[in-house]
Amino acid sequence: MTQWHLPVAKVAAVRIGVICAVVAALEILCRLGTIDRVTMIPPSEMASSLWDILRSGRFNSDIFFTLYNVTAAAVLAIAAGFFIGAGLHALPRLRRLVVPMLAAYYAVPTFVFYPLLIVAFGVGRTALVVMGALFGVVAMIVNTTLGLDHVPPVVVKTGAIMRLGGARQLLLMRLPSAAPHLVTGVKLAVAYSVIGIVAGEFILATAGMGKRIAFSYDNFDNRTMYGMLLLLLIGVMIVNGALSAWERRLHRRFGQR
Amino acid sequence: MTSRRLDQILLAAGVLVLWQLLHWAVGPDVVSSPWATVARAIELMRTVAFWGHAAATASAFGLASVIAIAAGIGLGLWLGLHRFAGDVADPILGTVYSIPKITLYPLILLVFGLGISAKIAFGVIHGIFPIAIFTMNAVRNVAPVYRRTARVMRLSSVATAATILAPAALPEIVTGVRVGVALTLLGTLIGELFAATSGLGFALIRAMDVHAVTDILAITMLIFIFAASVNAALGLVERRARHGG
Amino acid sequence: MRPSVWSNAGRAMAASLDGQISLRGVTKVFPGHDGHPDVHALGPVDLDIARGVFFTVVGPSGCGKSTLLDVLAGLSPATSGTVTFEGRPLAGGVPDGIGAVFQQDASFFWLNVRDNVAFGLRRRGVGGREIDRRVDDALAFMGLADFAKAFPAQLSGGMRQRVCIARTLVLEPKVLLLDEPFGALDQQTRLLMGDELLRIWRETGATVVLITHALDEAAMLSDQVAVMSARPGRFIDIVATGWPRSRDSRIVSDARFGAITAHLWDKLREESLRAMGVGDPPDNRVTGA
Repeated sequence: MTQWHLPVAKVAAVRIGVICAVVAALEILCRLGTIDRVTMIPPSEMASSLWDILRSGRFNSDIFFTLYNVTAAAVLAIAAGFFIGAGLHALPRLRRLVVPMLAAYYAVPTFVFYPLLIVAFGVGRTALVVMGALFGVVAMIVNTTLGLDHVPPVVVKTGAIMRLGGARQLLLMRLPSAAPHLVTGVKLAVAYSVIGIVAGEFILATAGMGKRIAFSYDNFDNRTMYGMLLLLLIGVMIVNGALSAWERRLHRRFGQR
Repeated sequence: MTSRRLDQILLAAGVLVLWQLLHWAVGPDVVSSPWATVARAIELMRTVAFWGHAAATASAFGLASVIAIAAGIGLGLWLGLHRFAGDVADPILGTVYSIPKITLYPLILLVFGLGISAKIAFGVIHGIFPIAIFTMNAVRNVAPVYRRTARVMRLSSVATAATILAPAALPEIVTGVRVGVALTLLGTLIGELFAATSGLGFALIRAMDVHAVTDILAITMLIFIFAASVNAALGLVERRARHGG
Repeated sequence: MRPSVWSNAGRAMAASLDGQISLRGVTKVFPGHDGHPDVHALGPVDLDIARGVFFTVVGPSGCGKSTLLDVLAGLSPATSGTVTFEGRPLAGGVPDGIGAVFQQDASFFWLNVRDNVAFGLRRRGVGGREIDRRVDDALAFMGLADFAKAFPAQLSGGMRQRVCIARTLVLEPKVLLLDEPFGALDQQTRLLMGDELLRIWRETGATVVLITHALDEAAMLSDQVAVMSARPGRFIDIVATGWPRSRDSRIVSDARFGAITAHLWDKLREESLRAMGVGDPPDNRVTGA
């Protein structure tokens, strides 16, 4: 029984206020010259640059290049991560051994393998996509095993009593039970894929948003650079926000375990 | 020999076998053999230059970790203890955490220039957010019954925080530090890739430029071993925090 | 130096200790936010608990029993009315002499049993030797002596509750408040813990206020049982059991046990249906969120 209600509206208002205050402070500091133009341009100019980029469609090919790569990498990371995670869950001995390696995985700058991938797959999007997938796959593996862990045995028993076959058990009982964690895995896999792809585009710039940002940086074109960065930021926030909202809904509906 | 030991040996053997197969499949230009890699790693560890790079990385990493831990825990504690501030900040922190930090790299390079402070900055921005988030949640998730117990015992706020909230939240805080430190190492290395003239990341970039595959793998392997050791050490700390010494 | 509560002198002294609680016109309202209505959790309630009495409150879920306990203890300020402890009104905050055991496990997982029990004494700056003596007494009293070095994670739910009780008792409270302390335990353990509680009550001379939803527990353990209505909680009836002080769980064989339990259920059944939203709506109550 809820004894009291948190002032949700007030919290949201303060939050928006804080964000606005920070942006406004940046704007003022930039305009005053306290932050010089070589370092950062005012947020309003970043926004107008973004608007130009979108309206003119100058960099559409780069934008779609990155978008395609991220999607492919994310799908690959999610699929591979799910199957590997499910496999590890079914083989607890193997899992116990692999877990410490997984924990240390994200300390390794995985994109040092990028040049090696290029030699293997040639210059082009395949290497990039594999790169992005490598980045995201471990997050999906970890969350898949976690989600399957959290399937309560009673759910499995219920399925058995209803005499469901293996595949239907998986689909109707285990997957929905593990859903909140799986969605968390998806969210992280997408986020890491973005990092992997954009980092790869930074390092070996052939095309894409990463390349455009690195190129602008090298040419002191702060306006384009910040415009593209803002676009990337907003894109990530929208996708991440949507996935987070889905995640929260599932957690609420399924209850905390 | 325990079953666990046997499993670990089997796993190591399995990894080596897979590695060797990969090497045979794609050739030495993509993946050097395990043997060649280990040999090269030992060779590198005999050079002074390597240890110079390792020291540069270690010192930047160490400093970045200290800053990320201190600032992260401090921020997390404050947000955890002040409910309203925590509620306001929670989604903001989550969003910032999920932003690919690469979007901030140009900004950091512009602010800090090339050199050790940029490296440290990279490290800190990677580590501070998970530490703050984990710490905040650790404090907020302290079982409400503990707080009620403290009030019935008529403990002051300070005594409650120090003798009940701190040890109760400690395991989860240590988990956050584990994650944060791993990411801080990553951030420091990335900083070296882009912004340094020394350090293991820099050595990697040089190896990548001349396509010295064995070097790349050897250095990466050493970094991985270092990261895994740090992680394992923090894992022990975490287990002690859970049991209570 | 105060004699240990478990010595004869201690018991005599305990019998004279004041542990009296009174409530007059006490209500508790939780204000609503963002358009949600206020929640009238409790009241108005009038109550007198005499010193050394074993007093139990029963009522349907969500009726405000736990809120009542919070207000009694000073954990939560009453919205209106007065709460008097030993003749003095509560001044915001928990008064000295109150001990509480809750339904959730409050044992500190990072301390072993001995350190858990010693916790309150250490915070009060009691000397080391005195702590050892009193903790040893408490551990022996609660049958935990063999588990002094164990950690709560290694103990069962019942044992952990015993640790919490020991930790409270070692501070020699005059009033012992228990909020469904045995709720998470199985029936047999509950009955045995009930006997434990009676033993504690007799030997310490404390006033015991127990919140429970189990009518049999209320009927067999208490001197008085108060029946609370559905939310907002008010007292419908207070039953005096008239049991002798030396009772234990075998009192269930007494003919009056059945009558008392039946009477409690009779009063409670309607309120329980109301709390579930099935029975007749109450007259002037506010239906909260």
